Amino acid sequence: MPAAARWEHFDHGADIGVRGFGSTPVEAFEQAAMALTAVVTDPGSVRLQEVRRLQCKAPDLESLFYEWLNAVIYEMSIGHILFGRFDVTINEGQLTAALTGETVVPERHQPAVEIKGATYTELRVARESGGRWYAQCVVDV
Amino acid sequence: MDIGKLQRESAYRWRIQPAGAMRVPGILYADEALLRDMDDKVFTQLSNVACLPGIVGAAYAMPDAHWGYGFPIGGVAAFDPMQGGIVSAGGVGFDISCGVRTLTTGLPRERVEAVKAELAHELGRAIPAGVGSTGRIRLDESEMDAMLTGGALWAVSRGYGNAQDLERIEEGGQCLHAEPSAISQRARRRQRDEMGTLGSGNHYLEIQHVVEIYRPEVADGFGLGMGEIVVSIHCGSRGLGHQIGTDYLQLMVQAAPAHGIDLPDRELACAPIRSELGARYLGAMRAATNCALANRQIITHLAREAVGQYLPDASLKVLYDVSHNICKEETHVIDGEPRQLFVHRKGATRAFGPGHPALQETLRVHGQPVLIGGSMGTASYVLTGTLQSESLSFSSACHGAGRSMSRHRAARQWQGRQLLAELKARGVIVISPSMRGVAEEAPGAYKEVEAVVDLADQAGLASKVARLEPLICVKG
Repeated sequence: MPAAARWEHFDHGADIGVRGFGSTPVEAFEQAAMALTAVVTDPGSVRLQEVRRLQCKAPDLESLFYEWLNAVIYEMSIGHILFGRFDVTINEGQLTAALTGETVVPERHQPAVEIKGATYTELRVARESGGRWYAQCVVDV
Repeated sequence: MDIGKLQRESAYRWRIQPAGAMRVPGILYADEALLRDMDDKVFTQLSNVACLPGIVGAAYAMPDAHWGYGFPIGGVAAFDPMQGGIVSAGGVGFDISCGVRTLTTGLPRERVEAVKAELAHELGRAIPAGVGSTGRIRLDESEMDAMLTGGALWAVSRGYGNAQDLERIEEGGQCLHAEPSAISQRARRRQRDEMGTLGSGNHYLEIQHVVEIYRPEVADGFGLGMGEIVVSIHCGSRGLGHQIGTDYLQLMVQAAPAHGIDLPDRELACAPIRSELGARYLGAMRAATNCALANRQIITHLAREAVGQYLPDASLKVLYDVSHNICKEETHVIDGEPRQLFVHRKGATRAFGPGHPALQETLRVHGQPVLIGGSMGTASYVLTGTLQSESLSFSSACHGAGRSMSRHRAARQWQGRQLLAELKARGVIVISPSMRGVAEEAPGAYKEVEAVVDLADQAGLASKVARLEPLICVKG
C-alpha cells in the first residue's frame, strides 16, 4: 500500500465521518470505503473470501464519491457482508470496483452498528496543499 | 449555543428573530442549561428550515434538539401546499417512521424477576437484532406490496397480533395513500430479509417497570400501574426506509434548481408538495411508514411468544405506537382558520391533546400517549398530549435524550463487558451480539433524559404521566 494511503474517522454529533487519503482519488475512495468498514468492525478481522463487483457513475468526483459509498453500503446491507479490500478504477466518471470480504460473523466481528446511508454533510473530494487527495463525508448510522 | 443570539420569551421558550431569508421565526423550547449544552448548529439548522418555502408559523426545536442533517434532530416544521410548501426527505430522515411502541402487561415486577435470566435469553434468541441479523419472514413482490400499503393491518391479517392492537397505533396501524410503485428495486431488495428485525444503534426491545407515576388518573387510563411491567420497542423501517431516504435525498438535490428552490444546505433537499417528485416521495415515505408499523407489529408478536413461555398469564396490550421521524398531513387551526398542513417531525413526537378528533375514542379523555425512549440503562417516560401544545408546537413534543458524546469517544471511554457487569449489578440484563456496540451505546454517552422530559412538561408540550426503568434490554 502506498505511504499516502490511509483512512480515519471524524466526529459528527450522533454519527460518524469517514475520510480516506491517497496519492490519487482512486486510493482516497478505496481508503474511505475501508473507513466505512471500520465504522462497523475492525477491518483486520474481515477475511477475504467473497468478491462483489459494482459500478457507478456521476458527473463530478464528489457526486461519484457519494454514489460509491452508497453503493458499498447497499452491498453490505443486502449481502450481510463486510469488506476488507476495495479495488477501484475510475474512467471518465465511471467507477468500477471489486469488493472482497465475508459474511458477517457476529461473534468474531462484533459489529458495532449498521450504516443507513452516506450524507452530503462534510462531503468533499479534494487535494491538500501537499498534493495528497482526500475523500470524506458523514455517514448516518 | 450562544444564548445572547436568542430572545427570551419565557424561561422555557426562546426565539430566533427572522433575519435574511427566514420567512418565520425559530422557536426553541429549552431552559438556559439545555441551551448552553445545545450545539450552535441547531441555531443554524433551525434558521435554515425557517427559510424553506411555504413554512407556517415557526420552525420549532424541541428540548432534545441536536445537530442533524439539514433539519435539527428534535425539529418540527409545518408547510402549506397552497403556499408552495415543501416536503423534505432530509426533514424526515433516513430511518423513516422510526418510533416507539409500548405494551402493558398488568404483571408486577416480581413476576419478571423470578424468570429474568431465562426470559432475557429467550428474547435475545427470538428477536433478531444487530448487523447481519435476518428475520424469518420472506416477502415476495405481491406480499411486499401488501405490506407496504397495509402496515400493521397487514401484519395482523397475517397472524401477527390482533385487531385490538390496531386501535392503539397512530392512524389505526395503516398509513393511507402509500405508493409502493414510488419505491426503488434497491429499497425493496434491502428489505427482503429484514421484516421483524430490530436493527442496531440505539434501537432496542426492553422489559421495563413503572417506577414513578405523576398523574394517577391518566396512568390508570393508559393501563399503567405502579411497579408493573411494560415492554417497549424502539425501531423503524429498516433497510427499506434507509434506501428511500438515500434515493430521494439525491433526487431532491438534483431537482431543486428546476423547482426554483435555493438550498442553503444540500441535506435540506426538498420538493414542493404539489410537484410530481413531492407526491412520489410522500407515497414512498408513507409506504416506509407502513413498513415500520408492520415491523413493530411483528416484533410485538415475537415478544408475546417469548414472554408467554415464561409468563403464560401475561396479556400484552398495546398502550401506543408513535413515529418520531415522519411527515404527516394534519389539520391545524391558524388564525382561526383550519388548514391542511404537512408537519415534519424529525426526532419529535406527535402529541395530540385530550378531545382531539384524530384520536381513537378511548384516548380522547386523556390525550395521546407520548412515548419517550431512553437508552440502555436509562429511564423512559410516558407523557400525554396537552390542549396547549397545539398552539405551542403544532401538537409536538420531544422524542428522547440524544447523544452527548460521539460513538468514537464512547468506545474509547467504556468497555462493553464492564458496562454489562455494571448494568447487571443495577438489575439490568443487556443482551447484545456486539460488545463494541454496547460500549458505543453506553448510557453515559447520552444526555440526561430527565431534563428534557421535565422541560417538555414545564413548557406544556406534553404532560408527564409515568417513568419507566429497564430490567432487560435487547440491543442490536
